[in-house]
Amino acid sequence: MVCFVFGIFMLAQFFVSHPLFTRGYQNVLDWMQIIFVFALLVGALSFLILHLEKISKRQKDWIYNFVALSGLTAMVFLGFFKGIQKDSPFLWVFDNLQVPMQSTMFSLLAFFVASAAYRGFRARNFQSVVLLVAGVLIILGRVPLGEMLHSKIPESATWVLNVPSMAARRGILIGIGLGSIATSLRIIVGIERTYLGKG
Amino acid sequence: MNLKGKIRSLISLLVFFVSFGSTALAAEEVRWFDSQKTGLLIGIFITIVLVFGFILYGKKKGSLKIRSIPGLEAMDEAVGRATEMGKPILFSSGLGKMERVATMASMNILGSVAEKIAEYNTPLIIPNYDPMVTTVAQEVVKESFSKAGHPESFKQENIYFVTQSQFGYVAAVDGIMLREKPATNLFLGTFEAESLILAETGNSIGALQIAGTDSTIQLSFFIVACDYTLIGEEFFAASGYLTKDPLVLGSIKGQDFLKLIIGILIVAGGIFSTLGHNFLINFLGK
Repeated sequence: MVCFVFGIFMLAQFFVSHPLFTRGYQNVLDWMQIIFVFALLVGALSFLILHLEKISKRQKDWIYNFVALSGLTAMVFLGFFKGIQKDSPFLWVFDNLQVPMQSTMFSLLAFFVASAAYRGFRARNFQSVVLLVAGVLIILGRVPLGEMLHSKIPESATWVLNVPSMAARRGILIGIGLGSIATSLRIIVGIERTYLGKG
Repeated sequence: MNLKGKIRSLISLLVFFVSFGSTALAAEEVRWFDSQKTGLLIGIFITIVLVFGFILYGKKKGSLKIRSIPGLEAMDEAVGRATEMGKPILFSSGLGKMERVATMASMNILGSVAEKIAEYNTPLIIPNYDPMVTTVAQEVVKESFSKAGHPESFKQENIYFVTQSQFGYVAAVDGIMLREKPATNLFLGTFEAESLILAETGNSIGALQIAGTDSTIQLSFFIVACDYTLIGEEFFAASGYLTKDPLVLGSIKGQDFLKLIIGILIVAGGIFSTLGHNFLINFLGK
């Protein structure tokens, strides 16, 4: 019932520009932020309990659980007692540990793209030959070498991206959009209730 | 309120807005209805009528047929494979928060998959990006295990919150894959740049991988790296396909009719525009 009422309200407020509905919408957004904060607290507690249990039972590789908990504790301590302003230890740890680690993981993507392309661009059948030719054309069109080989290569690469590729993407997007609408309608009227833990 | 009552309420509300907005304006500065969105309202009205019409048709008929979806047909094979190999199944709903439709669709699929898993007593590991999704996933799996008659097999410690850092989450899931070596990976939800990292790591350990997402860019990575991919609306149709619920299948039929209408409008718009008549494009563009 709650889902139905709020679903109808959010649908209605999109079309109604009366200040009452606008205020209601802003209130809902504020409530979502508050709920998010409490959900984050629940998440942090569950993180703590999970790792503490593994450390106390000395499960395999428990030292990594200890490292994870130490990181969490250190950042909470630094944030609360030393602040999060510019030049604070909190920001120093974030900029010099967290950000480089994130960048490292992101950089792995380059190698994984290469390995996925090596496996995926094999000419096994007609479709994979088309994929291979299109892939090579776009790779060449995106680097200066392509223009050196022939002036039409960058143009052709742009055409492939803007016409057939875009057409396919739009078709899939239409399907995704319709699927999202139908799923939302089913959830609003209560046909799909699995997310509540009910069948 | 039952389903028919809710549908009637929804349609009544929309008719109210259309009629009220077209005949009444309280004051110059207070407008009840944004007339710029009339076309959108009509579109939503048609969508609701079609989707719910087919839902009621499905309820009346009892069973509806939709085409075979290879990725979903492989779910049984995926669960069986993990059971035979004695290895766990890894389920990831990606980076989406609970309010995203893709995450809700992912939870719906998780419910059906967890019921199958409960029957075979295969370990199910679900690392989560969002704490709210963690709570929902725990409830969904617990309920599914109870429904399958195996509540004692439910292990809450296997469904946990990891981190809200995108690449921290990826690092954690990759670590789980390399340590636990799951036989099956299910990547169903909202994914971004980390999709290929996850899929390639899963491929390197020899896992059977089924993926589905609402992002067209990440779909191409999943298609290359995974064994089965749910493309576009197949992902949202999964819950109905797995449960064979006639109401859900009815809504999928409604979607198909809408796609047909959109296809006709696209072709008609293209033909009229080529002939120099842009009235259809101008009307639909409002």
